Amino acid sequence: MPHTKRRRLVTTAVAVSLGATALAACGSEDGSKAESGPVSLTYWTWTPGMDKVVDLWNKGPGKKDQITVTVKKQASGDTLVTKILTAHKAKKAPDLVQAEYQALPTLVSNDALADISGEVGDVKDKFAEGVWQQTTLGTDAVYAVPQDIGPMMFYYREDLFKQYGLKVPTTWEQFAETARRLKKKAPDKDLTTFSANDSGLFAGLAQQAGAKWWTTSGDKWKVGIDDAATQKVARFWGGLVKEGVVDNQPMYTPSWNKALNTGKQIAWVSAVWAPGTLNTAAPDTKGKWAMAPLPQWSLDQDVTGSWGGSSTAVTTDSAHKEAAAKFATWLNTDHDALNALAKEGGIYPASTSAQLSGAFSNPPAYFSNQADFYTRAAGIAKTTAPSAWGPNVNVAYTSFKDAFGAAAKNKSDFAAALKTMQDDTVADMKKQGFEVSQ
Amino acid sequence: MSTLAVRKAAPAAGTTPGTAQGPPLRRRIALIPTVTLLLGAIYTLLPVAWVVIASTKSGHELFSTFTFLPGTGFADNLKDLDAYRDGVYWTWMGNSALYAGLGALLSTAVSAFSGYALATYRFKGRETMFNVLLAGVLMPPVILAIPQYLLLAKADLTDSYLSVLLPQILSPYGVYLARIYAAAAVPADVVEAGRMDGASEWRIFTRIALPMMIPGMVTVFLFQFVAIWNNFLLPYIMLSDDERFPLTLGLYTLLEQGANTPALYTLVITGAFLAVLPLIALFLVIQRFWSLDLLSGAVKS
Repeated sequence: MPHTKRRRLVTTAVAVSLGATALAACGSEDGSKAESGPVSLTYWTWTPGMDKVVDLWNKGPGKKDQITVTVKKQASGDTLVTKILTAHKAKKAPDLVQAEYQALPTLVSNDALADISGEVGDVKDKFAEGVWQQTTLGTDAVYAVPQDIGPMMFYYREDLFKQYGLKVPTTWEQFAETARRLKKKAPDKDLTTFSANDSGLFAGLAQQAGAKWWTTSGDKWKVGIDDAATQKVARFWGGLVKEGVVDNQPMYTPSWNKALNTGKQIAWVSAVWAPGTLNTAAPDTKGKWAMAPLPQWSLDQDVTGSWGGSSTAVTTDSAHKEAAAKFATWLNTDHDALNALAKEGGIYPASTSAQLSGAFSNPPAYFSNQADFYTRAAGIAKTTAPSAWGPNVNVAYTSFKDAFGAAAKNKSDFAAALKTMQDDTVADMKKQGFEVSQ
Repeated sequence: MSTLAVRKAAPAAGTTPGTAQGPPLRRRIALIPTVTLLLGAIYTLLPVAWVVIASTKSGHELFSTFTFLPGTGFADNLKDLDAYRDGVYWTWMGNSALYAGLGALLSTAVSAFSGYALATYRFKGRETMFNVLLAGVLMPPVILAIPQYLLLAKADLTDSYLSVLLPQILSPYGVYLARIYAAAAVPADVVEAGRMDGASEWRIFTRIALPMMIPGMVTVFLFQFVAIWNNFLLPYIMLSDDERFPLTLGLYTLLEQGANTPALYTLVITGAFLAVLPLIALFLVIQRFWSLDLLSGAVKS
């Protein structure tokens, strides 16, 4: 909560100072210069161990091309987007930034990211189409190179499922049935929780159901947060919470960790990066979990959503866009770079060729009982539904936390919360000057 | 007359032996305030106790053992924190000490000068200036962070030590406090006497007024030190190089490692625990200056 509050203050402060921006904006020179001689680039990233990966570049291909990259480690999240935009208003954004996919439209609509289609166009084939599409925003331009992805999966306690005679659900209907059966057999336990703190999870679930939250037609945006697919997801989880068969407490809190570690919650709808989180949250249950594809809305479907994932983008403030794009390409497609990223940063690569090699030929230590973990993960990653992000995802996410937070706590109507989220998002877009069609 | 004013204004000056001892009846009534204060103390100290105890737990014990049961991992936590990115934590600690120490010192100096001037001299626009300052007290520093960033960006000072130090040197609250304190603690008669004896204004300020203002200035220093030590938004916007980060920002990067990387809870908790130690030490050391009541008897009324 303090985090959210702080973010809002930042946003407000940005809004307040927009007037001052006009002053700061003048006196900047045009960014493009001839590429000759040594170049040094700065890179804002939150990936742990990125400095070691960049060292490989500085000592290898970077040395040859006289392009030196300096890592400036940042905290991740919406606040970083605000920080990049603030720096951009002063024309002082770094050359390269790490950005989550859902932040790209925000950054692009503020003219912070450069179109690097001329430099990176030929690496398109290294990524799944749904992933690449997120960096183009459906245009001919390319605003980033995909780095990591977070295809969603279903995690469950294998031993406890057996103990309570539960079957791994393949549809959401079965999922609800499983939650009810568990509640009957062990009233003090929950299958999982609906976390109103994690907007990304809800967005991923809606994405799986086929929701398209932001779409454009011509110059107009259409916001579809309150569409039929998302309503279905909201009703489903709202029903489970109201029934009392899943918990309503947020994730990533000490008590959530405890619930996982002690087996009070026995499943988790998460993404490919879950092993790392489980290792911290539930160290005592190592080797007792298993991974399965996300339950489907109908039996003939095979799709998943995504939760998390990020890309490397070049800013419009960079004086060396070509060099920066070269580095971004190397970082996310080179075999050695991706290996180092997996080892040092623990990321799951967006590049399809890297998903089964090197660090991903063996299962994560936490899932040593599931030898084909990464083979299955790569298969699931291919089924990721396309996503549709818009220029104010942060506003929608904040509204989600407020509206769904209250609804989950009071076990009240999720449909009303969804309506609030839609209205807040549309109102904010209109305020920002976007044309929104009803 | 003026002695009384000093007594009232100096925070610890009231605890003279005469007033502390009341009749027995009065002491019994004091039970309610005592209980209230005790409850308040528990309310504020419980989270601190949590941090202290949690910092002794290993990652394994953190969420699995009883909350207030000390763990066994303190030494390992310290070692991990020390090893994290080649000991960058200590760089953050040093940065915080620099920002807070130097920043608070400069801020106290500016507050003392301006507070004394506002209290002692009569000049045109004095009240207007003071009212503007009062408005500044009401303005949350958060609002100013981004304009300050944009201004410093024009001067090419962002991402430097100066970018965090400069905006924190002028503290409207410090000036306000210094004026109130100077007005109460430095009697006009003493200043006048100094002038009669032929001392320069500078000498009167440094040799006579400043020593009398010390308890108040210590308060300003402490307030400003704690404010800078705990400040988040200004350094967050100003700095991008994590070698220049203060503790608040450094610990934040440990928490927000990306959606797919778990927060380094044990490191953050141990780091937060170590981060409050200098503040506690500072309070213990500086506390005695508060009771300093120098020269309070200089003027006989």
